[in-house]
Amino acid sequence: MMVIDWAEFTPLTAFIGGGMIGLAAMLLMAVNGRVMGVSGILTGMMASQKRGDSGDSGDRSWRWLFIAGTLIGPFIVWAVRGEAIDITPVAAGWLLPVAGFLVGLGSAIGSGCTSGHGICGLARLSGRSFAAVGVFMTTGVITVFVLRHVI
Amino acid sequence: MIRSVLMLGCGILFGAGLAIAGMLNPAKVAGFLDIFGLWDPSLAFVMGGGVALNLIGHRLVIGRGHPLFAPNFSLPTRSGLDVPLLLGAAIFGIGWGVAGLCPGPAVASVLLKSSDGVVFGGGVFLLLLLAGLFVGQKVKNQMLGAAV
Repeated sequence: MMVIDWAEFTPLTAFIGGGMIGLAAMLLMAVNGRVMGVSGILTGMMASQKRGDSGDSGDRSWRWLFIAGTLIGPFIVWAVRGEAIDITPVAAGWLLPVAGFLVGLGSAIGSGCTSGHGICGLARLSGRSFAAVGVFMTTGVITVFVLRHVI
Repeated sequence: MIRSVLMLGCGILFGAGLAIAGMLNPAKVAGFLDIFGLWDPSLAFVMGGGVALNLIGHRLVIGRGHPLFAPNFSLPTRSGLDVPLLLGAAIFGIGWGVAGLCPGPAVASVLLKSSDGVVFGGGVFLLLLLAGLFVGQKVKNQMLGAAV
């Protein structure tokens, strides 16, 4: 029943990249004691902007530094590999902003996304994160099924 | 200073890891979610690699008692399932399935161009994602406030 797309299957680079993501999560916890959840980090950036923040400057700036690094990382991979990162969009037109809003809305209401629940939460063996990952994988699969095989 | 360098390095490691793993490619993410079509299981290996490393790493780190540059670890305190958690995850999954982008890759790819050189709207996606986070935060507080 399941048909594997062998041409696109890249287990080794996936595992190496995943390991680097896990290492980044470990480093953030070791240095700053924070969970590496991108939706939470972005929310914290917006909140600190609004409040002008009174906390210590280290607590304010780490999010900006982390996000700056996230922007730089792919360019280093690009430079080392000598070829551009493969980005093939799947949504266009009005679907793209709608999807963006749903991703933000959902991760805020659900207290996390693929990084916070998926990488960090599962590694902490959090029951809430196992539930969240199970739910978003399921609705993601259903969504792609409907878009590709029903409509 | 050391803390700042480490935080920047941490983000670089994350962004580079996403790029190497193929997570910046919406078509690859959609290929993973398309288990009823031609299925690309790669992303299971991304999650496997990340979780495996952090499963050990997290324990080693927490075992040290406190972080290097902070008085204590800030870990989520809520336990048990609630409506916002499940509802939020469900909404997130729908958006993720439609665009093949989640928050980390949306940030990491926002300065890049798509492979065919056409503007792929990553900036618009990220902007609306931030708006969604802003609204969602309020919705969640409302829901949790009402539940207490």
